[in-house]
Amino acid sequence: MNDITETRKPPVATTGILGWLRMNLFSNWVNSLISLFVLYILIQFIPWILNWTIFAADFKYNFNGEEIIDRTMCSRVLDPENGGACWAIIYVRFYQFMYGFYPRDEVWRVNLSYIMLAVAVVPLLFDKFPFRKHFLKFTYVFPVIVFFLLNGGLGLESVSTNKWGGLLVTLVLGCTGIALAFPLGIVLALGRRSNLPVISMMCTLFIEFIRGVPLITLLFFGMVMLPLFLPEGINMDGLARVLVAVTLFQSAYMAEVIRGGLQAIPQGQYEAARSIGLSYWQMNLKVVLPQAIRISIPSIVNTSIGLFKDTTLVIIVGLLDLLGIGRGALADTTWLGLAYEVYFFVSLVFFIFTFAMSRYSLYLEKKLKTGINMGAD
Amino acid sequence: MRSNLNFFSDEKFRSIFFQTLVIGLFALGIFFIVQTTGYNLEKRNIATGWRFLSDPAGFDISFSPFIDFKSTDTHLDVYFVGVLNTLLVSFCGCIAATILGFLVGIIRLSSNWLLVRVAYIYVEFTRNVPLLLQIILWYSILIQLPRVKQSLEFADTFFISNRGIYSPRPIFESGFSYIFIAIILALISSFLLRRWAKKRQDETGKQFPVLSSAFGLIIIAPLLLFFIIGSPMSFDYPALKGFNFKGGMVIRPEFIAMFLALTIYTAAFISETVRSGILSVTKGQREASASLGLKKSWIMRLIIIPQALRVIVPPLTSQYLNLTKNSSLGIAVGYADLVHGFGGISLNQTGQAIECMVIVMATYLTISLTISVFMNIYNRSIQFKEK
Repeated sequence: MNDITETRKPPVATTGILGWLRMNLFSNWVNSLISLFVLYILIQFIPWILNWTIFAADFKYNFNGEEIIDRTMCSRVLDPENGGACWAIIYVRFYQFMYGFYPRDEVWRVNLSYIMLAVAVVPLLFDKFPFRKHFLKFTYVFPVIVFFLLNGGLGLESVSTNKWGGLLVTLVLGCTGIALAFPLGIVLALGRRSNLPVISMMCTLFIEFIRGVPLITLLFFGMVMLPLFLPEGINMDGLARVLVAVTLFQSAYMAEVIRGGLQAIPQGQYEAARSIGLSYWQMNLKVVLPQAIRISIPSIVNTSIGLFKDTTLVIIVGLLDLLGIGRGALADTTWLGLAYEVYFFVSLVFFIFTFAMSRYSLYLEKKLKTGINMGAD
Repeated sequence: MRSNLNFFSDEKFRSIFFQTLVIGLFALGIFFIVQTTGYNLEKRNIATGWRFLSDPAGFDISFSPFIDFKSTDTHLDVYFVGVLNTLLVSFCGCIAATILGFLVGIIRLSSNWLLVRVAYIYVEFTRNVPLLLQIILWYSILIQLPRVKQSLEFADTFFISNRGIYSPRPIFESGFSYIFIAIILALISSFLLRRWAKKRQDETGKQFPVLSSAFGLIIIAPLLLFFIIGSPMSFDYPALKGFNFKGGMVIRPEFIAMFLALTIYTAAFISETVRSGILSVTKGQREASASLGLKKSWIMRLIIIPQALRVIVPPLTSQYLNLTKNSSLGIAVGYADLVHGFGGISLNQTGQAIECMVIVMATYLTISLTISVFMNIYNRSIQFKEK
């Protein structure tokens, strides 16, 4: 090595923006053609959608500056060529979308519940939350408080569940379904792996039956068959019957996910627990389940996303969740024909919730990959 | 100290005791439910038994492509129409979702940044919005199409309107059975040809153009036969008469909405399983096959896909099951499937909720079980044959 050559700069077309473009968009002629085609479509589509949803849209006032009170005042009805979305339908009906037909004087109870839900759930999700232990105590009593707060009793005026609607019903169904299905799912999963043949067979049959039929048939079951099964005098309201169906449905899926977690626990953990003299329940509650649940949390979140989306099915049996309120708004002759605005809004709300949940599940998966080692390897 | 005579400390006894207890409680529960239900049914004057199945239904079904359904037909016919409609939309949906899902899954691993982003946005949006909402949205788009009188025309044979897509209906004449037989013979012989070609390649290394010869056998030969016999097929064209089309074949917007929504929704999930399946094949496999000098397309077809399939098929099975179960949402747009036709209208008319729901649930269980069995057989055939 006698002479050291000067380092030459890489060719212009391989670094920087130009290099990136060439690598990722125009690496060969097929790719270039595809890129140009996609680019062309995006250039057509993106300005149009932005224009429709934001720039040419009416929020509260139309292009004449009048406050919109029915469909005939929407810019896109007055001027179909240039008018964008008419979000006034959401604005006018916002109360219904959030609370259904909950009495306006009592609506602070729903708002308080929403805030308490956030306080109860957020510390549960992040284990580095400050004072997490104290917050979790609140999480345990939270369902009881909310039940009385929303339903009435203990000095509060009672509000019948058929006045509930919109986001309230969606969240009640989703949260209660998940919260009740979780313990039930654990019991079913343990039952399915039990050494007692009768119990394991019954749990297996239950799980496979529920997983083999669509949710809608279970909702029909809750709506039309459940009242026939109950003795006279016991009347369950619609929301409670739907909750029974949703909980049964979700518990079967939860059970399978937890069973997956249980199977991942090495046999040595069971044997070690037994050898120090723990009973069956002590072994499961103190040794096996904490580990099994920890590794199955990402999948639990994923099935919960599924349930959250599936709560929309209750509109078929006549409950008014977010989508139900939306359809109700569309059936109103003053707002006829604004379907896209309503469906866009409802999709957006669902998207925000489910996308956040799926990001959280990804975050957990990443954390678990680095943080857990159960002596299996 | 507990004495050894305490039966409860004996594991065998305890296990039998608990199991008997569970069976007893279960039987008691069933007994009470049967008692109450019997009482409730009697009080509400609801008939029991299966006799209602042979009663005339008394309503019309707008979409029944396989059975000619009239309102005088029985509830049992409603059931069959429903099952066929459920199977039809599930079958079409599964096939289309698999194709779209594989395509999107492969696109997401491609080197084109723009295409990858677009595919990613598609997957995230469709996965995170409820399927029911998507079905309703597609339906509301389809019924915005022009009315029958102003329907979009294509070469005077296809008409698209808010009542669906009208197309010519093929009428098979007497000689057509020969062509049908020819196609079946061609299928069998191409299958045998493939086996023979594989055996020959294993023994001698010589390849045989199976794909093109199978194409010739299955498509070209029957087509030639078709013209030799003298085209034993004619078309019944749809024509506008009064307020609606007469003749031809129609695909209803309910079906199209269900098909599109199910396909697009499930394909997003399938694309994720395909992507993770392909990613699960280690880089070494790709490099090893490249160093052997295989073509790029061969690497994909002979090395990557067969190994990825082992990972893809089990979750793919559950996607098929989900799609089939999700087809029950047709009730939201009035697609006359099992739940809407039999579980909905028949149930409401007869009031026999228990019988109807039992039949509907049993049918879904049967369909689910059948799909699982077939997919398990397929799964076993592609797994590693370890010696």
